[in-house]
Amino acid sequence: MKRLRSRRRATALAVSVSMLASVGIAACGSSSGGGAGQASLTWFINPDGGGSNPKGGGQAQLAAECSTSKYKINIQLLPNSASDQQTQLLRRLAAGDSSVDLMSVDPAYVTQFAAANYFAPVPAAMVKQIKSGGTVQSSVTASTYNGKIIAVPFWANTQVLWYRKSVAKKAGLDMSKPVTWDQIIAAAQKTHTDIGVQAALYEGYSVWINALVAGAGGSIVDNPNADYQHIKMGLNSAAGRTAAQIIRKVSDTGVGGPALSSSEETQALNLFQAASSSGFLVNWPYVWAALNTPPKVPWINDVGWTEYPESVAGQPARPPFGGIELAVGRSSAHVGLAYQAAQCITSPSHQAQYMIGTGNPAAAKSVYNEPAIKKAFPGGLAALIVQSLDKAATRPLSPYWGDISTALQQRFSPPNNVTSKTPATTQQFVLKVLNGKALL
Amino acid sequence: MSAAVETAKHASPQKRQRAHLTDRAKAERSLGWKLAGPAFVVMLFVTLWPIADAVWLSLFNYRLTDPAGKTFVWFQNYITALSDPLFWQTFVTTFAIVIFTLIFELIFGMALAMVMHKIVIPRKTLRTIVLIPYSIITVVSAFAWTYAVSVSSGFMNYWLHFITAGGFPLDYDWFGGRWSSLFIICLSEIWKTTPFMSLLLLAGLAQVDSSMEEAAQVDGATWWQRFYKVVLPNMKAALMVAVLFRTLDAIRIYDNPYVMTGGAHETTTLSMLVSNETITRVEIGMGSCLSVILFIIVLIVAAIFVRGFKVDLTSSGGN
Repeated sequence: MKRLRSRRRATALAVSVSMLASVGIAACGSSSGGGAGQASLTWFINPDGGGSNPKGGGQAQLAAECSTSKYKINIQLLPNSASDQQTQLLRRLAAGDSSVDLMSVDPAYVTQFAAANYFAPVPAAMVKQIKSGGTVQSSVTASTYNGKIIAVPFWANTQVLWYRKSVAKKAGLDMSKPVTWDQIIAAAQKTHTDIGVQAALYEGYSVWINALVAGAGGSIVDNPNADYQHIKMGLNSAAGRTAAQIIRKVSDTGVGGPALSSSEETQALNLFQAASSSGFLVNWPYVWAALNTPPKVPWINDVGWTEYPESVAGQPARPPFGGIELAVGRSSAHVGLAYQAAQCITSPSHQAQYMIGTGNPAAAKSVYNEPAIKKAFPGGLAALIVQSLDKAATRPLSPYWGDISTALQQRFSPPNNVTSKTPATTQQFVLKVLNGKALL
Repeated sequence: MSAAVETAKHASPQKRQRAHLTDRAKAERSLGWKLAGPAFVVMLFVTLWPIADAVWLSLFNYRLTDPAGKTFVWFQNYITALSDPLFWQTFVTTFAIVIFTLIFELIFGMALAMVMHKIVIPRKTLRTIVLIPYSIITVVSAFAWTYAVSVSSGFMNYWLHFITAGGFPLDYDWFGGRWSSLFIICLSEIWKTTPFMSLLLLAGLAQVDSSMEEAAQVDGATWWQRFYKVVLPNMKAALMVAVLFRTLDAIRIYDNPYVMTGGAHETTTLSMLVSNETITRVEIGMGSCLSVILFIIVLIVAAIFVRGFKVDLTSSGGN
């Protein structure tokens, strides 16, 4: 009887163990799928116009096209917002998930991951290629941490100044030369039109603040590579105060539109699309496709574009930088193959295809000379984008940018409360937060 | 705490009893341990160990992405948290929601319970209908309420505009201010959890002996006197259990404010603060510290109920 019971117990134990094991296996998935000898790579992509459709012109299509007999690239779609993407990737990387082979990383948190040593080192040949001058400078900068290339530039984004030619003419503004924020604010006031900006409590507001500070010759963080105890900030400076002053002026003059404090990219574009208020807009290049696809705005020929406005007259503007970097997970079982795939995905021809398919600008300079690109971004727009990208200022490449950005947004919101003291109080608050002396 | 006191009180009679245990009782007791033992061990593993780990981690300045910078800081995190204005703001927000929702859920829940208790014919149908809001997933109900009151897609403003004969502005932004946002958050909470309250109270009502009510009626007691002097005292245990459960539940509120405002306009609750620090900022040390503080707050509230109002959780099953 006793033996029978113990045998039964052993059986029960075996059954439960095997059940647990099968659950575990099902959850992790096996990394060697597909045909014989064909490795399976997983690429975590941020959502783009192509979705998960292998013929949609987006990253899913690149994954299908870059798969070879040696490896097959499977895609995993990340959430929409950059912070949700970071939350999900960070957990996998911190746990050493071997299924994170390739990932599309937003510049807002690429250094955080690099500083935490979550990326496999980029092969020397690729580093040489990235540094060879074929890639726009801002994208190379954004892929560098502590003097080392840590990720592969994939696509690069920047903002330009969109305007109505008729409005600029009415205000007597010469748009063939660079204009300043003060000039376009005055022009908008004079013509009773609006300037679309991003000033809601979200990352886009930090993008604007950073561009204004950089344009005035300053930087929000002076030593981005430092740890939280030694970080030095440059927000409390003449450049920081210039930025605060411009934001306040946009708010006080009312040219930011009626709902400035909740204005994101979409709301700013809506403001520019409304015939009665449309004057100026700072926004990413996708605006062209949005205005030019049916139903087109009736005044499509009146739309002009030029370089991002200057913070200080005579000092070249530093447009914002965005885009996506490709990185390979340190715990990936196929680091070599993943970098081969990254090489294929970021090849100029694939970047051009991606730029046409999704409207997201390429990081490779040569792409902008292709006739298809010039056709999709006409009237010198392609040239303006690549020129802006070379000048663009990245957000501070500090591993703590997430915290710094949230603090910036909170302290600079709402825009009508920004004063010349805001940069100083914000800087103080950020340093307290980073040292664990205040909650965020 | 109170459990310890009670065990101490009953310690001596128990000791005496143990001497008189029969073989059968001993065997039953050991069988009980064998049956419940594994579950008990699992529970220790999944609850006690994480709690102890959180307490330990809360003494560090530790960021998940910077393991090398992990430093032991004693109670610095607690001092920072408890002296931070943001913490107290979330504290006030959370307890404003708890108190406001509790009062209304108690009133509506009691009313619903009494209706369900008295109505005989469509009893099952009625109970099913009442339970519908409770069966809806909180995130879904949060989105439904968000859309219902939103300026662009909602119908609420139109109804209010209609009822007040044009007095209520059509473009009123409910999520544009702190108290109007909290009002909608509370409304959604009340709508969703009143059924739970009413079911617990219904169980309490069923315990009240109807002959006592009849006797009071014969003695000439009014409806209010019968309710206040006979029904309520006899269902006090169930009532307090319902209030205790709802309070502890409401302190953890997260879904509704997260979906509706995302914490804007000072509507961040304690749970949202914990998740901001732990999940978004991956400040494991500070996050753990805030979770421990939240845990202690829950313990204090539970202790106040159990000791202050003498709620006996073991006798509410209808003994």
